[in-house]
Amino acid sequence: MTIRTLLGGAAISLALGTSAYAQTEIQFWHAFTGRLGELVAEQVETFNGAQSDYTVVATHKGNYSETLNAGIAAFRAGEQPDILMVFEVGTATMMAAKGAIKPVYEVMADAGADFDPDAFIGAVKGYYTTTEGEMLSMPFNSSTPVLWVNRDALSEAGIDPDTDLSTWQNVGAVLDQLKEAGNECPLTTAWQSWIHLENLSAYHNVPFATQDNGFAGFDTELALNGPVQVKHIETMGEWAQDGKFIYAGRRNEGGANFRAGECALFTESSAGYAGIKSEASFDFDVRPLPYWEGVEGAPQNTIIGGASLWVMEGQSDEEYKGVAEFLNFLSSPEIQAKWHQDTGYLPITAAAGELTREQGFYDENPGTDVAVKQMTTNEPTANSKGLRLGSFDQIRGIIDEELEAVWSGDKSAQAALDSAKERGDQLLRRFEAAN
Amino acid sequence: MEKRVTFKGWLLPMLLLLPQVFITAAFFFYPAGQAIYQSLFIPDPFGLSMQYVGLGNFEYLAKDPYYRASFVTTAVFSGLVTLVSMGMALYLAVLADRLIKGSGTYRTLLIWPYAVAPAVAGVLWMFMFNTRVGVISWYLGLLGYDWNHVLNETEAMGLVVVASSWGRVSYNFLFFLAGLQAIPRSVIEAAAIDGARFWTRFRTIVFPLLSPTTFFLLVVNIVYAFFETFGVIHTITSGGPQQATTILVYKVYKDGFVGQDLGSSAAQSVVLLLVVGLLTVIQFKYIERRVHY
Repeated sequence: MTIRTLLGGAAISLALGTSAYAQTEIQFWHAFTGRLGELVAEQVETFNGAQSDYTVVATHKGNYSETLNAGIAAFRAGEQPDILMVFEVGTATMMAAKGAIKPVYEVMADAGADFDPDAFIGAVKGYYTTTEGEMLSMPFNSSTPVLWVNRDALSEAGIDPDTDLSTWQNVGAVLDQLKEAGNECPLTTAWQSWIHLENLSAYHNVPFATQDNGFAGFDTELALNGPVQVKHIETMGEWAQDGKFIYAGRRNEGGANFRAGECALFTESSAGYAGIKSEASFDFDVRPLPYWEGVEGAPQNTIIGGASLWVMEGQSDEEYKGVAEFLNFLSSPEIQAKWHQDTGYLPITAAAGELTREQGFYDENPGTDVAVKQMTTNEPTANSKGLRLGSFDQIRGIIDEELEAVWSGDKSAQAALDSAKERGDQLLRRFEAAN
Repeated sequence: MEKRVTFKGWLLPMLLLLPQVFITAAFFFYPAGQAIYQSLFIPDPFGLSMQYVGLGNFEYLAKDPYYRASFVTTAVFSGLVTLVSMGMALYLAVLADRLIKGSGTYRTLLIWPYAVAPAVAGVLWMFMFNTRVGVISWYLGLLGYDWNHVLNETEAMGLVVVASSWGRVSYNFLFFLAGLQAIPRSVIEAAAIDGARFWTRFRTIVFPLLSPTTFFLLVVNIVYAFFETFGVIHTITSGGPQQATTILVYKVYKDGFVGQDLGSSAAQSVVLLLVVGLLTVIQFKYIERRVHY
C-alpha cells in the first residue's frame, strides 16, 4: 500500500465519520471580541446545530477598521469570505465597490429565500438600502446614542434623580448644580462625532451633508457647520472650559469613567448597556438623548451606528444559498430578541421588538426601550435617514481633531466646524474621483 | 594608499552577491517600485478601478497644510527622540564605564528595556500616564499638576518622545559602552597626568574618539524615530490630540489603512522614501567628514 492510498483512505473515513454529506462551508468575518464575540459564536453554533447542509465558520479579524481592511485585502488576493461585517461608516465604500459585493436582495432572490425588507425598522432599513428600496447589506448590530445617568451622583449633589433631562437646556442647569456641588466629572461622552454632530443633526432635522446626507449621490458636501451644530459645539466647548464636560478620548474611553462612578452623565451608544450593567455599582438610568428646545422639528429621530453584513462577490451558488439561509436565521425574531436583550443593540426588526415586549423584558429592565422609541417615534426624514459618505472614517478623524481644538479652547466652534467642512470636502472630492 | 582586494574572474563574486541582491530586490525594489507606480493613481480600495492622475497625489499633498505640519511634527519628534535617547545613553554609558564593582549587573539591567517591543512599551507608558488610573498622573495630581495628554498637545508629544526613547536608550547604551571601552586607557591616563580634569578629558579626547559610534547611532536613531515608533504612537495617542503627534509614517498608515486612500498613502510613502534617502546622504556627505575614525 502506498502512502497516497493510505492517506486517501484516512481522509475518506474521516469525512464519513463527521457527516454523511459534504457540508458547504461559509466563511463569516466579524469584528467582535469579549462578550459580543461569545454571543456571535453562540448564534453561529445554534445555526450549525439546527441544520446539516452548511457550516458557518466565524472568524474574528480585529476591530471594525481592521476587519474591513482584511476583507479588502482578501478580495484583492481573491480569497474573500462569504460574509464580511462592515461598520456603518464603511457603507459608502462598500456600496461603491460594485464588482466586489453581491447585494443582499440579489442573494435572497437568487436563493429563492423568503425575505421581506419591510420587516426591519425604518431607520435601520433606510441606512442600508438604495434610494430605490433595494437592501444591499443585512443589518446586524445597530445602536443609537442615549443619555446614561448615574442616579447616585445626582442625589449626592442634591438633585432629584428623576429630574427632566430631555433638553440640553435642562442638562446645562443640572451640570451647573453638579459642578457647584463639587462633582469633578458632570458630563462625559463617547464617539463625539457620531453623537454630537451626526446624531445631533439628524435629531434636529438639519442636514449633516448635502445630497440627502450623501444618499442621493457622491457629489455631496458637508453641511455640519450650520447654526444648530455650531451652537451645540460652542456650548459643549464652554462646558469643557468650565470643567463641566470632561473629554476622555475619541472612542469610548469615557465609558470607564462612567462605569467607575466618576461621571454623572454620559452620552454613549445604547449598546453600552451590557458593560454598564455588569460593572456599575451605582443606580443608573437610561434617558433619551437630549435635544435643544426651540429648534424646529426637534426631536426628530436619531440615527444608527454599528455594523451590517455584506455578501462578497465571487462565491459558488451553493454557498450563496447557505448565506441566504444564515442571514435569514440571524434576523429571525428569536435570535434578534435575545441579541437585543443581551447587548443593548436595537432589535432590528419590529417582530423582535414585539417579542421582547411580550417576554416582559422592558418591564423588568425599565429604560431599555428608550433607544427603540427614540428611533421609531417619527418617520425618518432625508436628514435623519442616515449618512452615506465616502472616506467617512477619515472624515470622522478630521472632526475628532477639530473638536479637540474646541475642547482645549484653541479654536472657536465656528472656526473648527468650518475647517472640518473644508478638509472633509476635499476627501469627498477624492472619493468621488476614485469611484 | 588604499588597498584593493581583487578577485580573479567574475562568477564567484556574482554568486556571493546574489543572495543580497535578491533580498534587496524582493523586499525593497519591488515594493518601492509598486509604491511609486501606485502614487500616480487614485485607485478604489478593492482594486476594481484605477484612475491615472499623474502627479495629482503629490500636488494634493503639497497643498495640504496638515501634511506640511506633519513634516514639522516629524522633525521635532525625531530630533527629540534622537537627542533624548542618545544623551541618556551616553550619560549612563560614561557612568557604567567608570564603575568598578557591580558593573555587570548595571549593564544587564540597562539593556533590558531593549527587549520590550515598541507597542508594549507604548501600552506601559500609556498606563502610567493614563489620565484616570495612571500612577504618575495621580502623583502629579497630588502635586497640583493636572496631567491631560488627551487634550494637551505638548504633554502628548512629551509622552510619546519619552516612551519612544526609553527602549532605545538601551540600544544606544550598548554601542556607547563598547565605544568607550575601545578608547585606549593610555591616552586618557596621559591627559590625566597632564592635569586635565574629567570634563576636559571627555570633551577633548573621549567624545572626539567616540565620534564614529555617535555618527552611526545618529543615523540609526533618526531612521528609528521615522519608522519604528509607529507602535508607540498608535497605542498612546493615535496621532492626537488634534494632529500633535501625527508623524509622517503614522499619516501613511492613517490615510492608507484607515481611510482607504491608497493613492495618497502611496505618494506619502514615496515622499518618505526620498526624505530618508536625502537625510542619509546629507549625513554621510557632510557629518561623516568631521568624524574621526
